[in-house]
Amino acid sequence: MAGEAELVRLTAAQLAERLDRREVSSVEAVRAHLDRIASVDPDVHAYLHVAGERALQQAEHVDRDRAEGRAASPLAGVPVAIKDVLCTLDMPSTAGSRILEGWVPPYDATPVARLRSAGLVPLGKTNMDEFAMGSSTEHSAYGPTRNPWDLTRIPGGSGGGSAAAVAAFEAPVALGSDTGGSIRQPAAVTGTVGVKPTYGGVSRYGSIALASSLDQVGPVSRTVLDAALIHDVIGGHDPHDATSLEEDWPSFAAAAREGAAAGSFEGLRIGVVHQLDGAGFQAGVRQRFGEALKRMAERGAEVVEVQAPNFEYALAAYYLILPAEASSNLARFDAVRYGLRVDPGDVTVEQMTALSREAGFGPEVKRRIILGTYALSAGYYDAYYGSAQQVRTLVQRDFDACFAQADVLVSPSAPTTAFPLGEKLADPMAMYLNDITTIPANLAGVPGLGMPIGLAPEDGLPVGLQLMSPAREDARLYRVAAALEAVLEAEWGGPLLDRAPALGLHGAGGTIRSTPGTAPAPGAGTEPDGGTA
Amino acid sequence: MSDATPPAVITAAEVTHLAGLARIALRPDEIEHLAGELTQIVDAVARVRRVATPDVPATSHPLPLVNVLRDDVVGAVLTPEQVLAGAPAAQDGRFRVPAILGEEQ
Repeated sequence: MAGEAELVRLTAAQLAERLDRREVSSVEAVRAHLDRIASVDPDVHAYLHVAGERALQQAEHVDRDRAEGRAASPLAGVPVAIKDVLCTLDMPSTAGSRILEGWVPPYDATPVARLRSAGLVPLGKTNMDEFAMGSSTEHSAYGPTRNPWDLTRIPGGSGGGSAAAVAAFEAPVALGSDTGGSIRQPAAVTGTVGVKPTYGGVSRYGSIALASSLDQVGPVSRTVLDAALIHDVIGGHDPHDATSLEEDWPSFAAAAREGAAAGSFEGLRIGVVHQLDGAGFQAGVRQRFGEALKRMAERGAEVVEVQAPNFEYALAAYYLILPAEASSNLARFDAVRYGLRVDPGDVTVEQMTALSREAGFGPEVKRRIILGTYALSAGYYDAYYGSAQQVRTLVQRDFDACFAQADVLVSPSAPTTAFPLGEKLADPMAMYLNDITTIPANLAGVPGLGMPIGLAPEDGLPVGLQLMSPAREDARLYRVAAALEAVLEAEWGGPLLDRAPALGLHGAGGTIRSTPGTAPAPGAGTEPDGGTA
Repeated sequence: MSDATPPAVITAAEVTHLAGLARIALRPDEIEHLAGELTQIVDAVARVRRVATPDVPATSHPLPLVNVLRDDVVGAVLTPEQVLAGAPAAQDGRFRVPAILGEEQ
């Protein structure tokens, strides 16, 4: 049997092979990750809930099935972390909000149900900005997650918990959700991989809705192949989601393996979007982005510059469309059907709803609900929401024009490396600018993949590359990304995460510095014992 | 396109009105703070109007699907117990709420 420290560093693909050969059991793999969580999560705070004993019981079940020759899938027994935005039958699902504290849903989200059917074992629920509104996890009602590369910095958001969990080896793979970059931007700042599939490629059933026309669930991992393996499991048509595509998807894992084996970009046209090419971005981000392009050009890619003039308006359109849809979606939190109720005893149901929402929502959620209510108000609807929907058309047209000249589009995944906790908390517009590169893909519904391309020389922190392809061409992303990953890892002599600092050094050098702001201490509101209260 | 020229400043009175529509009992200090922030945000996002000329159609859905139908049969539904399990208060198989109407109504 492999040591626990070695087990947690295996990729999902490697772990699946060992499980298949019965060299390691799922119980051993799950226990190794639970031990790792116990050792490093007091510092990282990637999890809001840890499944504990229940995960071990499920792993035992998977081991028994495999012993009887009934492994549910090649990934059976692999542990997985679940973003808290996804409903889970046996674990609380809070979406990072006080208003849903302790709520246990009556059904599993479809992507979660599909993971379970394939025999993957949920380790717990990961931290996130409240209702996925944010780029740093600092808007979680349960305290921020910390970046495993530097515990004083943000892990990105909203899915900072899932990204930090895989970066800190607290899970090999995880699920995320991406409305404007919530999978790809955390991947960039934690040196991990994350994919926003084509809109409709993965079911949204059971994903607590932020903005229904933008939300998409996707994989979070340390390698391109692992993301593809998870995407193969969770993707495909679901009658429970009326926006789900009835598509015959190819194997994304096969695409990733092809790409890694080829290690070449011969015949590939790569479009650098002029409007996202990094002018004004951090110097080290620009440098690594340029180097990644050079590596691909050296191996046969044709790199062309393409124009997307309306991307300049994408951020503005997004911050009208998202709040508008969110203000409508979050109307369901009425203190009647589920969630927090504040009832002083002498009020009407309407006053009770308003008092409960005041107490249960955090500042960013209130900000966006009020903004959305404004944008949808009679008199301003056409000027704001209507205009934003027109910009959406223009952004789609820009994508069409770009994809006429290039097979994939590239940009840095984020303008900067991880910034210090607290730095942008008081300035909403500065926070919103973090998603400037990722938002266009959500507006157009096209898939996007974020992957690490090195460390910025000035601060030693990870830099991410974003790849985008036309709608329904997710496989192309996996092929290209796996090829680039193979080239870069050969150059680096191993995965980028090998260079991340060691964690779990409690009392050995004081890895925790004080957190700015007034957020609760990490661990507040969580249930490390696996309780479901 | 626009049927009104949006104001350059969002006032505390307007935020109070919006909070009522959104059913959030904001505190006075929150209202003051939000009025300032929203003015700044709306100023930044108003730029969408520059390119939204009348000839551009609106898009509400990235990959539009039409006529998504299913057979008219009972699907996988929750039991009343499951539906009520998360309710803050329930009684006789129903959600329990305080008075619907106040004295002034």
